[in-house]
This record gives sequence, C-alpha cells and structure tokens, in this order.
Amino acid sequence: MELTILFAPLIGSLLCGFGWRFIGETAAMWVSTGFLFLAALLSWVVFLTFDGVTEQIQILRWIESGSLSSDWSIRLDRLTSIMLIVITTVSSLVHLYSFGYMANDPQWKDGEIYKPRFFAYLSFFTFAMLMLVTSDNLIQMFFGWEGVGVASYLLIGFYYRKPSANAAAIKAFVVNRIGDFGFALGIFGLYMLTDSVRFDDIFAAMPAVAEMSITFLWADWNAANLLAVLLFIGAMGKSAQLILHTWLPDAMEGPTPVSALIHAATMVTAGVFLMCRMSPLLEFAPQATMFITVLGATTAFFAATVGLVQTDIKRVIAYSTCSQLGYMFVAVGVGMYSAAMFHLFTHAFFKAMLFLGAGSVIHAMHHEQDMNNYGALRKKIPWTFRAMMIGTLAITGVGIPFSYDMFGIPIGFAGFLSKDAIIESAYAGGSSYGFWMLVIAAAMTSFYSWRLMFMTFYGEARGDKHTHDHAHESPMVMLIPLGVLALGAIFAGMIWFKPFFGHVDRVATFYGIPYEEVGAHGADKVEGATDDHGDAAKDGKAEHHYAFAGKPGEGALYIAPDNHILDDAHAVPNWVKVSPFVAMLGGFLMAMWFYIWNPTLPGRLAESQRPLYLFLKNKWYFDELYDFLFVNPAKALGRFLWKRGDETVIDGTLNGVAMGIIPFFTKLAGRAQSGYIFTYAFAMVIGIAVLVTWMTMSGGAH
Amino acid sequence: MDNILSIVTFIPAVAALIMALFLRGDDEAARKNAKWIAMFATSATFLASLFILSGFDSSNTEFQMVEQASWLMGLQYKMGVDGISILFVMLTTFMMPLVIAASWNVEVRVKEYMIAFLMLETLMLGVFMALDLVLFYVFFEAGLIPMFLIVGIWGGANRIYASFKFFLYTLLGSVLMLVAMVGMYADAGTTDIAKLLVHEFSYGSFELLGVQVVGGMQTLMFLAFFASFAVKMPMWPVHTWLPDAHVQAPTAGSVVLAAILLKMGGYGFLRFSLPMFPVGSDVLAPMVLWMSAIAIVYTSLVALVQEDMKKLIAYSSVAHMGFVTMGIFTANQQGIDGAIFQMISHGFISGALFLCVGVIYDRMHTRDIDAYGGLVNRMPAFALIFMLFTMANVGLPGTSGFVGEFLTLVAIFQVNTWVAAVATTGVIFSAAYALWLYRRVVMGDLIKESLKTISDMTTRERAIFAPLIVMTILLGVYPALVLDIIGPSVTALVTNYDKALAAADAVTQVASQ
Repeated sequence: MELTILFAPLIGSLLCGFGWRFIGETAAMWVSTGFLFLAALLSWVVFLTFDGVTEQIQILRWIESGSLSSDWSIRLDRLTSIMLIVITTVSSLVHLYSFGYMANDPQWKDGEIYKPRFFAYLSFFTFAMLMLVTSDNLIQMFFGWEGVGVASYLLIGFYYRKPSANAAAIKAFVVNRIGDFGFALGIFGLYMLTDSVRFDDIFAAMPAVAEMSITFLWADWNAANLLAVLLFIGAMGKSAQLILHTWLPDAMEGPTPVSALIHAATMVTAGVFLMCRMSPLLEFAPQATMFITVLGATTAFFAATVGLVQTDIKRVIAYSTCSQLGYMFVAVGVGMYSAAMFHLFTHAFFKAMLFLGAGSVIHAMHHEQDMNNYGALRKKIPWTFRAMMIGTLAITGVGIPFSYDMFGIPIGFAGFLSKDAIIESAYAGGSSYGFWMLVIAAAMTSFYSWRLMFMTFYGEARGDKHTHDHAHESPMVMLIPLGVLALGAIFAGMIWFKPFFGHVDRVATFYGIPYEEVGAHGADKVEGATDDHGDAAKDGKAEHHYAFAGKPGEGALYIAPDNHILDDAHAVPNWVKVSPFVAMLGGFLMAMWFYIWNPTLPGRLAESQRPLYLFLKNKWYFDELYDFLFVNPAKALGRFLWKRGDETVIDGTLNGVAMGIIPFFTKLAGRAQSGYIFTYAFAMVIGIAVLVTWMTMSGGAH
Repeated sequence: MDNILSIVTFIPAVAALIMALFLRGDDEAARKNAKWIAMFATSATFLASLFILSGFDSSNTEFQMVEQASWLMGLQYKMGVDGISILFVMLTTFMMPLVIAASWNVEVRVKEYMIAFLMLETLMLGVFMALDLVLFYVFFEAGLIPMFLIVGIWGGANRIYASFKFFLYTLLGSVLMLVAMVGMYADAGTTDIAKLLVHEFSYGSFELLGVQVVGGMQTLMFLAFFASFAVKMPMWPVHTWLPDAHVQAPTAGSVVLAAILLKMGGYGFLRFSLPMFPVGSDVLAPMVLWMSAIAIVYTSLVALVQEDMKKLIAYSSVAHMGFVTMGIFTANQQGIDGAIFQMISHGFISGALFLCVGVIYDRMHTRDIDAYGGLVNRMPAFALIFMLFTMANVGLPGTSGFVGEFLTLVAIFQVNTWVAAVATTGVIFSAAYALWLYRRVVMGDLIKESLKTISDMTTRERAIFAPLIVMTILLGVYPALVLDIIGPSVTALVTNYDKALAAADAVTQVASQ
C-alpha cells in the first residue's frame, strides 16, 4: 500500500506527460488526477490505521560505497503518515482544481497544448515530495529535497514566455541550492561522525555525538550544534526563512494552483519536517535550537510587516506563508516539535484554501492580481467569498479562548488551536523574544488577512469596469476543492488537537513514543506554577502523571527527559493564553478602521510615513542588497577570472614561454592547410597501428 | 577468447586500415560507405566489449584477461583490465557509435574523418588496457595525433590556434612523464605495470639544488606524471587549452574530448600516481586538493559569464573534473569510488550536452548564446532532453551526476573541511550557470526572426540521445551497476595505499630515532 502511495503519482506523471499524445489531453489529465486521488485515499487509510510502530520497507539498493550505504526505502512512522495525508490530499484537490483554473489560460496561444505538461509536473512534484517524507536515510531525503526543487523550478517557470517567470524560477532553484549547500555539509558531517546516513543509526548515535567536537573550517565546534545549524540552513532555504526567503514571493509567478500546493502547503514545509525528523539531534543541540527560535520568530515578524503593504493578492498570501513557517520554526526551536507539526498540518488546509480562493478570485477577474483593482466582489463570487472567509477566520485564529480548559473540548478554527499552541510553547520554552514576536506577528497577520478580505470583497469596485462586470463564479471543479479544504480549515484543529497538543500520554501514543509515570520531580514543577496561577495548576496536576521516556530513535519524535515544554505550555498564565486572541482582535479592528470605516487613511499614512512605507513595500530591500553583495560581484569576478586570469595570466605566460617556437609552428600551420602535414600525420598514425597490430598477431602465435 | 582485449582494441584500427586501402573516390557513395563502415566497426567493437564485461569478475582485484607477448627490442606487449580500467573501456566503446552517428552530416573528407575517429578509438582503448609502460606511453601520446587532426581539419574558424594549443600543452606534459618513465625503468628494471605496482620506489628525502625534497624520488616522479595528467584532466591552472579546443572542434570531436579523452588523466592518476607513488601522493595531496577546489569555484564563476555555449560547457567540464581530482586524492573509498563514478557519468552527460549544442549548431551555425532564445516553442523534444542533461550536469539526485559529486564531497569532508566547504559551493554555482544558459537558449518567447523556422530534433538525433538518457537515469537510480564493479578494486587500491604510507611512516620514524 505504501508503495502504491509513493509510486502512483510518478506513474501518473509519466503517463500524463508522455502519454497524452496517445490517449488525448483530457484523458491524460484524468489519469494523473486519478492516481493522485488513489494515493490520497490510501494515505488516509494508512494515517487512520497507523499504530505508532515504525515500519521500514526496502525497495532497491542505492548508493553504496565502503561503509556508506543507502537504499531507496520507506520509513513509515507518525511524522511520515501526517505528511502523507497533507501532501496527497492537497495535491489531489489541486489537480482537480487545475481542471478549471488552467482551462483557457490566456498565457497560451490557441491550439497550444500545455495542460498535460502542467499536470505531469504537479504529479512529479508530488512524487518527489513523497520520496522526501518517506525516506529512511538522509540521501534519499536529499533526493526528494532536490526533486521538489526541480519541480518547483519547472512550475514557477511554467509560463516560459514571461521573462519574470523564468527569472523567478532560476532564483528559486539557486537560492534553494544555497540552503542545500548547508544541508549537504550536514549530511557529510553526520556521516563522518556516525558512519551512517540511515536515520536509525544516526539517532542511536546522537547521545555520543553530543559529546563530540568536530573541526570545521577555522574552529572546533560541538558536533550536535554545528550539524543542527548546517541542516537548518537547508531548512531555511526550502522553508523560505529570513536571509534565504527572497525566492518565495517571486515564486508567485507560477500558476496559482502551484502556489497553493508547493509554496504553501507542502514543499515549503519540508524544512519544518526535516527539523522534526531530526529531533533526536536538536534535543542535544541547545545553541542551535536557540538560533532556530530567534530566526523563526524574526521571520514571522519580518514577513508579516511586509505583508501589511503588498497589493498583489498572491504576494500577500506568500508573505503570510513565510510568516507562518516562522511560527513553526519557533515551535521547533523551543522543542515543541508536535506543535510545529500541528501547525504544519492545519496550515496546509487553510493556506492551500486561501491560495486556491485567491486563484478563484484571479480567475474571476481575468487574471488581474492587484487588489487595488478589486472591491465589492462579495456578491459576484459568493462561494469563493465564503471559502476565503473561512480561510481568513482560520489563519487569523478565531476561536473561543479557554474552551479546552473549561469544557475539555477545544473550540476554534484550525489556525486558532495550532497557532495558540505554538505561542504558548514559545512562552513556556522561555523565549520571551519568540513569544512577543509571534504575538505581534499574530496581530499583523490578522490585519493583512482582513485587509485582503476587505479590499477584495468589500468597499467599492475599483479598476477596470469591464472586468468587474464580467466577474463570474468559478466552475464546480474549482469550488469542490475549496469546500473540502474549508472542512479541514474548520475542523482539523478541533479533531486532532489532543494527539498533537494534548496530555503527554496522548501525544506519546500518537507518535509511538514510550512514556512512563512520573514521580515527585514532575510534581515539584507543577507546584511552582501553582503559586502564581491556581487554575492552571489544577490542569497541571492532572497532566503530570506521565512523561516522555523514549530513547533517540524510538517513536517518530524524540523528546529529551528534561524537555517539559508540553506540560509547561499547558500551564502558562492565562494572559499568555489569551494574548494571541487579543492580538487577533486588535488586528481585525485596525483593518476595519483602515479599510471600512476610514478608507482614505491608508493612502494618507503611506504619504506621511513614506520612508517606512517604501521600506516595507520593497521588502526591506533584501533583493537589492543581495544583488549588490552577491550577484553582481559574482559576475564581475567571473569576468575578471576569465579575461584576466585565463587569458592574460595563464595564456599570457604560456605564450611567453612558447614565443621562441611560435614562428616555427605558424610555418607548420601554413603547411597543414595545404594538406601536406595531414597526409604525413596520417601515415604516422597508421604506421603505429600497423606496428601494434602486427605485434598482436605475432603475440597471439606464442 | 584469449585475446578479447586485443580484438576489441584493434577492430576500429583494422576498419580504418581497410578504409584507407580500399575505399577510393570522394563521391556520395564513397562517403556513405565510409560512414557505414565506421558505424559497423564501432558497433562491433561495442558488442565485442560486452564480452569483456560479462567475463569480468569484479571480486578479483588482479588484472584479468591478461595478454602478453614480446615486442620489438625486448619490449613487451601486455594488456589487461581490472576494476579501475574496465568501465573506461566500456565508456569508450559505448560512446563511439554515438559519436559516429552524430557525424552523419559531415561532408568534408569523410573518409579521413572516419579513419581519424576509428584510430582514435583504438588508441584510447589501448590507453585503458595497456599494462606496459612503453605501450601505455605509445597509446597515450599517439592519441594526441588524431584529435589534433580532428580539431585542425574539421574544426571552426580558429582551429589552427586551438589545435596547436592543445597539442603543445599536452605534449609538454608528456615529455616530463617520459623522463619519469625512464627513471622508473632504471629503478625497477621492468616496464610491466603489474610489477611496477608492487615495486617500492624510494622515498628518502634528499636535497636538490638546495631544496629539501620530502618524499624523495616518489615526489619527483609524482610531479612528472602530474604534469602530464593534470594537463589532460585538465586541472586549474593548465585548463585553458580545453575551452579553445572544444569551441573549435566539430561536435563529434567535442564529445570524444569531453567524454573520453579527459578521463585519461584521471585514469592515469589512479593507475600510476596513487598506487606507485603513495608517499609522493601523500606529500602533494593537499596541493592537489586545493587546486581542485579552486578549479571548481574558479571555472564555475568563469562559466557564469560565457557567451559561447560550448565554452560554457567546457568550463563546466573543468569544474566537474575538479571533483574527480579531489575525490582521487582524498585516497579513501568514497573519494575514489566517487571519482570513477563521476568520470563515467560525466562521459554521458557532457557528451550529451555537447551533442545538444551540436543539434542547434547544425541548424543555426552559431554557438553564440545571444543568437538563441525561446527554442522551447518550436523544439519541445530538444527542450526536454536539454533540460534533463542540464539537471544531470548540476548534479540532481536521481541522475548519475549526483552520485559522483556526492561521494567525492563526502570523502573530502573527512579529509579537509575547508576544501569541502569551498568545493560544495560548486553546487550553487553550477545551478546558476547551467540554468542561466538554459534560460537564455530555450526559455522565453521566440522573437528572433532567424529562429522562426527552426525544426525539432530528427529521429536520428533522438536515437543518439536515447542511450545517453537511459544511462544517465539508470546510473542515477541504481549506481550499484558501477559501484559493484569498481568497489573491490578500489578497496584494494586504498588498502595498499594506506599500507604503503604506514610502512613509510614506520621507516621514517626508525630513521629519525
């Protein structure tokens, strides 16, 4: 079954990409979509029946050299099964959606066949992503890692006539490669220290690695910290974290379904997945995780600020993705991997839906993407509006605070539960920087999300009147995926709250981590919390019966014995629990004020605060900075090495040496053209051949 | 089949001889005959070489299928293959029919052209199979001549300059190698490579012109061989002949040059430098590793700003060969496995890339990148194939380009993290220059008037690429096909190398006490 899930998309991709000439365009598209739905169905079966025990399936030998040995194989554990449903569900829905969205794409001329290629790429991407998450060793993971990079490159550059799309595609690939540089070095280091690239061996060796030091470049480092940072650099590239984030907004050049699938729900979360997968390493790398927390929090903040002023509907959502990924990394950084996976899981639903909803708006508006030309679309495209509203409620985090504490059941949209889980974890993890950044980012998330809603669906119609008049609701194939994802955006959080973020025993069972009853030590810690907040401690006492007791490699996550964040996060003060809700309300009210009550305000504010506005509008000038620092110098250096290095220094020196014999050779060259030397040289070659042949013959006679 | 190696080696030469003696005239029929004879001969060679592969026992690390005979003046003719050399033989026989097929449109001096390629094949095969120093030298040097002629006669506008640069560079390197060979004979009293491999060359330090030579004779001999092989590879900074030669060579010449001739240097390092002069290698390895790392970054940056397609790919070749030399001189299992794998894989990939350039060069007669753009609109099949090999060139996992690069980098990280970090940046630069090239040639709208009627690949052209595509993906997914064959021989090589170094260390310590 796992093999079917893994290879169905590949087969679909090949059949669709190469077979459409024989079976026809539409049939090819249905083939790839059908295979995807099959994979999605089986993935849900696997997820719901999975019992927490890690399974391994070997498929084929791969790279084997000395002690380095890796296979093509599947490692099925809880992390994998979560990713399986996320990937295949969103992917199959996006396939379906693309039937509508990609029909009559104005980028193409009449008669051009582009849809099978698009579907083939989508399916290929899904395959690569599945290879990434099912891998049982680092090298296969790297295969998936680069494979999704290529698929992303192909899909961003799908409109190959557009120079901007081509540029964005290259940028995405190259920036990701910078991340891969770190990832690769991390793999080399892990292999050097543990003599293996298989997760089982690596995890088992982690306690020892934590004690080792490694000489890397100019200094000796603690091995665990260094390797964690190197791997995290890989994650930064793929998950568009600050410094390596510049490719993600540009990636919106791709068709919108691509943005939903790759640049929101799946590929960009690969970095988070990698970090969770490597939890046995991170638990031994305190400095590295601190770095991850800070960078994640900063990204969440940075991307949210930029999102405030963007007017391209897709770019707003892109920055929002970047920001939400920052949340996930904060959770990873404080050691609350399960919360990161929770947010990854819920985010996949509501963010994919927001993108697909945006796609539906764009589709309705004849591929207009600037929100300045939207407005008052609520009545024109009611179903899209409802879907976007659900998505917005989910991402901004609407829900009833304390419902879990009071009623024992969590009530709220998916994003409410998972985002709060992260913010509480950040507080419990002792990272006040992370906590405050995330709360501020939550307010801004709310603001730009509602801004998007108000500018698009409320107010007055702006822009081209003709376009507005002809705005139309999308076809069923586009609305059904929206509906399914809407279900996820509403209920995914409530249904799976406990396995991801409930009591220790629930979470441990979910991930297959051994756990045990704890004695006085845990109870002591609860007492500490009791002094401040009575009602939190009441909960705390009930929860402290159990603690994680796995060794590295047991279960899908490793939680060190001294990692009590899960319990502590449940016991945070009430003001912490309510703060994201307050932030959400604040952002909502601000957006109301700016775009409903006083619509001239944004323009005036942008005028009066021009430098700040431009700074945000131009994304903190990262692109300009990088061009100045890296891109242009690299080109200049290349030109310098070529003209000065190769031609002047190396060839110049050699020419100088050869000066004495050059006249001789020019004379020879003159004759070569006459054919004289030509005949001569041939005679020589054949002479040698005859000689050697004769030697063979006589040799054979011996 | 006692002399299968000789049979394989000399089938092309015999065909060349037949062509030279019996094929008369330069009319259409004669040209066609020449092409078919060449095609037949190279295909026969490939089929015959399959017997070598099937008869080869990879667990045996000795030379196999050895043939020995006495030759002129007491010299001997000795051929054989082991795990290090066999795949180079296979690479050569595999590529040559494709090279001939790619030359189907040659119209000038067809007979001589085919003779040159057939002779070249014999000589290249000889290099990889020769087990006698003199024989090796003859093959190694004689191989220069046909290549020199191919560039000089069927090349581009500036072919004379390029061919002489090529000739001079490689010849100067070889002279030093010859000197070292004489020295080896004087020291060991034999030219038999199998015997030389177990001979211990002296490594006692001595002073030469006031300079202390660590590693003694071994270091000097290493340097002499290094001069020749480094030029052949080519390594930075003696690489500048390669871009010129590639640019001027006809497509088929470029393919042979990139796919096979460059591998002679790497093969030489593995056959001579590392096993025969372990102490010398050890002394100079840091230098070689740094030269490799510099080559990777330097040539990648230069490739980034090229305006000529062939030059760009040529520089990319130099960068990829940097991984090879780096892998070899880490002198551990992964490094050497990776280096050999990289050479084999680069044979397919760079060969295919030069063929890709050839496809559009045949149509437009320019290699100028700016003359293209938007080819995907009219040449979808070409776009797909070029994409595949571009990705293979940047070392995408799942293609053969990844395995070699990855293994050599794993290996170097264990030896020197500085070199590893510098070399790993190559993965970033390679993506940049390769995709930038692809974008400018293939992507975009088709605006240029001259390209409006360009046609997609013909069946013949597709047929040439098919085997290369299969090999590139097959080796990327199942590299054991290569690694199983070379593994035991590489292990033996590494073990002997370590043993020799340990022994040398012990001796030096005793001496210093």
